[in-house]
Amino acid sequence: MEYVIEMLNIRKVFGNFVANDNITLQLKKGEIHALLGENGAGKSTLMNVLFGLYQPDGGEIRVKGQTVKISNPNVANDLGIGMVHQHFMLVDTFTVTENIILGSEPTKLGKIDIKRAEQEVRELSERYGLAVDPTAKIADISVGMQQRVEILKTLYRGADILIFDEPTAVLTPQEIQELIQIMKALVREGKSIILITHKLKEIMEVCDRVTVIRRGKGIGTLNVADTNPNELAALMVGREVHFKTEKREATPGKDVLEIKDLVVKDARGVTVVNHLDLTVRAGEIVGIAGVDGNGQSELIEAITGLIKAESGSIKLNGKEILNLPPRKITEAGVGHIPQDRHKHGLVLDFPIGENIVLQTYYQEPYSKNGILNFKNIYDKARQLIKEFDVRTPDEYTKARALSGGNQQKAIIGREVDRNPDLLIAAQPTRGLDVGAIEFIHKRLIEQRDQGKAVLLVSFELDEIMNVSDRIAVIYEGKIVAIVDPKEITEQELGLLMAGSKRKEAGVSS
Amino acid sequence: MSSGRLTNFLIPLLAVLLGVIVGSIVMVISGYDPIAGYSALLYGAFGDSYYIGETIRQMTPYILAGLAVAFAFRTGLFNIGVEGQLIVGWLAAVWVGVAFELPKFIHLPLAILAAAAAGALWALIPGFLKARFKVHEVIVTIMMNYIALHATNAIIRSVLSDKGYKSEEIHESASLRSEFLQSITDYSTLHYGIIIALLAAVIMWFLLEKTTKGYELRAVGFNQHASHYAGMNVSNNIVLAMVISGAFAGVAGAMEGLGTFANISVKAGFTGVGFDGIAVALLGGNNAFGIILSALLFGALKVGALEMPSSAGVPTELVDIVIALIIFFVASSYLIRLLLTRVKKEGK
Repeated sequence: MEYVIEMLNIRKVFGNFVANDNITLQLKKGEIHALLGENGAGKSTLMNVLFGLYQPDGGEIRVKGQTVKISNPNVANDLGIGMVHQHFMLVDTFTVTENIILGSEPTKLGKIDIKRAEQEVRELSERYGLAVDPTAKIADISVGMQQRVEILKTLYRGADILIFDEPTAVLTPQEIQELIQIMKALVREGKSIILITHKLKEIMEVCDRVTVIRRGKGIGTLNVADTNPNELAALMVGREVHFKTEKREATPGKDVLEIKDLVVKDARGVTVVNHLDLTVRAGEIVGIAGVDGNGQSELIEAITGLIKAESGSIKLNGKEILNLPPRKITEAGVGHIPQDRHKHGLVLDFPIGENIVLQTYYQEPYSKNGILNFKNIYDKARQLIKEFDVRTPDEYTKARALSGGNQQKAIIGREVDRNPDLLIAAQPTRGLDVGAIEFIHKRLIEQRDQGKAVLLVSFELDEIMNVSDRIAVIYEGKIVAIVDPKEITEQELGLLMAGSKRKEAGVSS
Repeated sequence: MSSGRLTNFLIPLLAVLLGVIVGSIVMVISGYDPIAGYSALLYGAFGDSYYIGETIRQMTPYILAGLAVAFAFRTGLFNIGVEGQLIVGWLAAVWVGVAFELPKFIHLPLAILAAAAAGALWALIPGFLKARFKVHEVIVTIMMNYIALHATNAIIRSVLSDKGYKSEEIHESASLRSEFLQSITDYSTLHYGIIIALLAAVIMWFLLEKTTKGYELRAVGFNQHASHYAGMNVSNNIVLAMVISGAFAGVAGAMEGLGTFANISVKAGFTGVGFDGIAVALLGGNNAFGIILSALLFGALKVGALEMPSSAGVPTELVDIVIALIIFFVASSYLIRLLLTRVKKEGK
């Protein structure tokens, strides 16, 4: 058996915390090997050890049979290990070629030989079917293309072992399919790939073997052909997980949110929400499906008052709320789980307790005569931490110290507890693991069952299909179709999202 | 939690210690005796009741200037204009002190309030420009310092005096001076201002930590986007934060105008108190109680330094170097934090 990489009994300790406890991962030549685990299970730590960012406290790393000591990322590069980061490390104002050669520029008489570099990049791109234009500026190309530039960067440096860190998190369904083809092409050309992910579907589709880790411990390595998503999920979480969220039929009531002819322009004056109509009724979940950048964010920011709309009407329970200040809209009965929890959702340097009252701090019982009542604030925080299973040492811990899933649970707790008539959830499960996703989906459906109107925006088709009672497809700032999730396939939905007409997408009703 | 607090206390302490050590190296290199130098400094600051009085008098405006800087900092702003706000506060206090004749219980508070209002007004301009047009407050406040300096000089020459270089002395009814405090400190210039400064520290703590408005100001300081999302008026809070910061600075000016000098004279340059306020706030961890301690240190250094040339032959410039070194080490607290964690690790 030929292994290109062997990480044997790797142990890494931070203080009293064991991040990696005797984990073994063996990568065969020419395979795609998944590294599966929940957030905080130790995937990143393990890969950072391999990439030379951390030094292991125990164990052994072998590359092509040779025991090596990877003291920094340059050593990893020299050994042919390349990393495609989740957050791209690209200079926006540089061209594709300039980004790729950054740090190892080919020179001629002390001048960068950009012609030669472009030629090399073009050849690499063609060889692996990446279709990247070497002269394009990074700022002008799509996220999917930018990711290919990251891949090219590692290939240009001669990597033959590629680590992909959650590469599909930022991609559209179509882009994911293309990435899968690229990964297969890379393997055909003799490269080996480690894919860090917590998406089981991708593993089943593209990987040969999978190594599961849970709470820093290696659970085992399986052949993908011999396993199934349910088994993998159970191994990863340590208990049974339900994918199909249990829910009964929706019993929609009166219209809670009515949007008519809404027009919103972005900061550059481009119309991003274009005469949009949408209605959400009490007791139903409406999912907005669409490729990122089709006006979803602006739609939500306009509903919640964070940006001003040009024209149109937004009614909540029959009352006009268009362009009211955010506080008035919040008080009118809108809860908002924001897309970017760090930017909008939390004051990261505030304790969890103070974050719990972010919109209600000025009301009784949290404040009286301009003085805060910390006892009531922290009592509420304790109650929500318990109710929503927020794992935190205590309610005085800064929000920054919590994991993404627990931050999100705290936000959801806060928004749900305000008992709004309309709950807007924008990408509520982004970056979370299956356990947390399951929890959040349950809570959304619970809200629906209590007669709330829920508006869900997500780029995850699974989530939209699974949770929504109706799906509104958004394309170029317009709702182009309203479909029933039970009567449409993901493929059809994907085509609608890409702008095809309903007929072409094969949807009859 | 408690170990974090301990570190927060330990870091400024170590910074001071390192400043003192490096300062003594500088003294040795320059051919002075550091032990004699520091003894003179210590004696000059706390050696007898007169020196203690002078030290407390000097720390008074430092507390207020430090509070001004810290208040802005805690609300996400960098107020470099404390110096200018202090100068206009000083002028306003003296003006009221000279122009009116009122019973003390009206006159003195009125003069202090005038100083606070003048400082607040001076800070309102950069606050407004920041909130409305996103003009960076650092640039505006620096420029406002120069406007304050030269505008007050012009007013002193043309309005508060007849082309002279200083104003008349304020009326007794507006004065902070205290015969009692002077008598117990061997006739130092100690005045009642210290009580106002300590009160201001309590006010700052209470305002930021306990009130609803303080919660808003802190939230806006940490994360404007989340504050906007939560329904707070970000612009108003930025302006308010600057205004409150400026009011503290203005009161610092009143301490000089109503207590230490009892008048205002034409200035060739900045007083430096406002700029030292940045260091005081930094050393005090932008915390009301910490600022009192660091203001005490700065007051002691400033007053004690006067003793160094006469009894140890060390020039006052060296004291400035020591102060600069302390600030340097506070600013590089990251380095000290790193050293501390390493020491702790090895201790285990």
